[in-house]
Amino acid sequence: MSAPFTDAVSIGEAVRSGATTAEQVTKEFLSRAQKANASLNAFHEIFESEAMEAARAVDAKVKAGKNPGPLAGVPMAVKDNLATKVGRTTCSSKMLEHYRSPFTATCVERLQAAGAVVIGKTNMDEFAMGSSTEHCAWGPVKNPWDTTRVPGGSSGGSAVAAAAGLCGFSLGSDTGGSIRQPASLCGCVGFKPTYGRVSRYGLVAFGSSLDQVGPLTRSVRDAALTYQVMAGLDDRDSTTADLSVEDPMKDLDTPIAGLRVGVPKQYLCDANDAEVNSCINDALQRLQKLGATLVEVDLPLTDIGISTYYVIAPAEASGNLARFDGIRYGHRAALKTGESLDTLYSRSRAEGFGPEVQRRIMLGTYVLSSGYYDAYYGRALRVRRLIKAEFDNAFTKCDVIAGPASPSPAFAFGGMNDPLKMYLCDVYTVNTNIAGLPAISLPIGFAKDGPHSLPIGLHLQAPAFADAKLLRAARMVEKLFPDILRQAPHS
Amino acid sequence: MAKLARLEIAPAKLEQYRGELANVLGHVAKLKSINVDGIEPLTSPVDSTNRLAADQPGATLSLEELFMNAPAVEGRFIAVPKVLAEENS
Repeated sequence: MSAPFTDAVSIGEAVRSGATTAEQVTKEFLSRAQKANASLNAFHEIFESEAMEAARAVDAKVKAGKNPGPLAGVPMAVKDNLATKVGRTTCSSKMLEHYRSPFTATCVERLQAAGAVVIGKTNMDEFAMGSSTEHCAWGPVKNPWDTTRVPGGSSGGSAVAAAAGLCGFSLGSDTGGSIRQPASLCGCVGFKPTYGRVSRYGLVAFGSSLDQVGPLTRSVRDAALTYQVMAGLDDRDSTTADLSVEDPMKDLDTPIAGLRVGVPKQYLCDANDAEVNSCINDALQRLQKLGATLVEVDLPLTDIGISTYYVIAPAEASGNLARFDGIRYGHRAALKTGESLDTLYSRSRAEGFGPEVQRRIMLGTYVLSSGYYDAYYGRALRVRRLIKAEFDNAFTKCDVIAGPASPSPAFAFGGMNDPLKMYLCDVYTVNTNIAGLPAISLPIGFAKDGPHSLPIGLHLQAPAFADAKLLRAARMVEKLFPDILRQAPHS
Repeated sequence: MAKLARLEIAPAKLEQYRGELANVLGHVAKLKSINVDGIEPLTSPVDSTNRLAADQPGATLSLEELFMNAPAVEGRFIAVPKVLAEENS
């Protein structure tokens, strides 16, 4: 595999051993990112001088015999809804076009302390609302396998940066599948840890009870290592779990004896693309040959997840986004003489937010309004408990639940113009967030579409706080497809 | 709804949103088919307990850092359009 496609663990080892320098690695990835960005639009900003400076600091540590950390000199791309002191934090929104954060998110700080070098901020669906990265104020991000197709979303830029080898790994956020679905559509690994495992301090809030930060990588061990660095209690996020983090690297390469893989009949239905189903079946059969047991589980509430999610997430978003009023930060509209403060709020918000964000704010406002609260929001929260219980019950029979991350491979730009049609694509990922579970998507095959091959991912879900076990199961699958990572035509 | 959400939307655009949102709400109405009698709402997937920080002063952001993103600043204040006169008019 060529140099840009080595994984973060290998890069860190090479820098630590002196086989290469952080400066050399960073220079190479910066140059690749700059070159590819013209056609893929993965990055909103690339930080050349700051990245080189950080790389030289890593090299100085290596030279001085100090421990530079496990991710020494590994170039990292950060989704633009994670606060960084370097550059801007725009959430791909005109609302925050000029916003500069006075602080850095905890997860980014921890990765930097482990030696990782921030090389840029990646484009996303505005405020993480979308499944295609078409709703980005800085233009759509292109899929490196076929630039007429979407990369998925909302962490589209981060998925492209990882899959096309424009960084060592990237960070995304996942509220309803925003790490896993683009990872599946771009052909990289996307890991969403258990809710409460990774600090959300510095993550611009979308749905606070659903949001979780996670890595997009080119190997399962990279997902495990970066997760290990980020995970754990943070005093600045009271929802981080006060539980010790099980070392995900320790037994990563040891297959789980007698792994029980749950296969819900609801996940391999006729509504999926036929090639998606055949790839998933192939992966399941290979796992079975390896000694895993396939267990049929029943998740009848799978379909209702979309309705539940598209009440809870917009409700939380409408509250979280109420802070953007044009007063203390963000876009402020111009007023004519005699216009009121109320006009300032509503005009600033109408000018600053794009259409998808406006739709979701209105949807959230509606389901929380006094006459409809019980019928929509209250009911959705009750269904949420039932969905969680359904998973708890299924996990008494299996260790992980397998299925697709997306019902189809990457679709064409404009292919999902109707918002509801786009929402329905999230059917296999939203329930994970509703129940707060860890889940991962990793590449297992390709759909042939004309001259283009389009990646397909396997989605594995596990019980809350079984992150290390989930990563081990994913590593077992990864070993079954040793040649799956290859260079996309547009990278 | 747009008014309640503080969004100034042109009438033509409002019609488009109305159709799209009606569509989504029509789908979401499926929630009514689920029996939730006796089920308690679940607001967060984890059992969160209130964790209190030690009551000790720590580092805070400087005034300069706090103001660097403000659209309009006058001296030590964030400037806003006149409020009172308009409220009375």
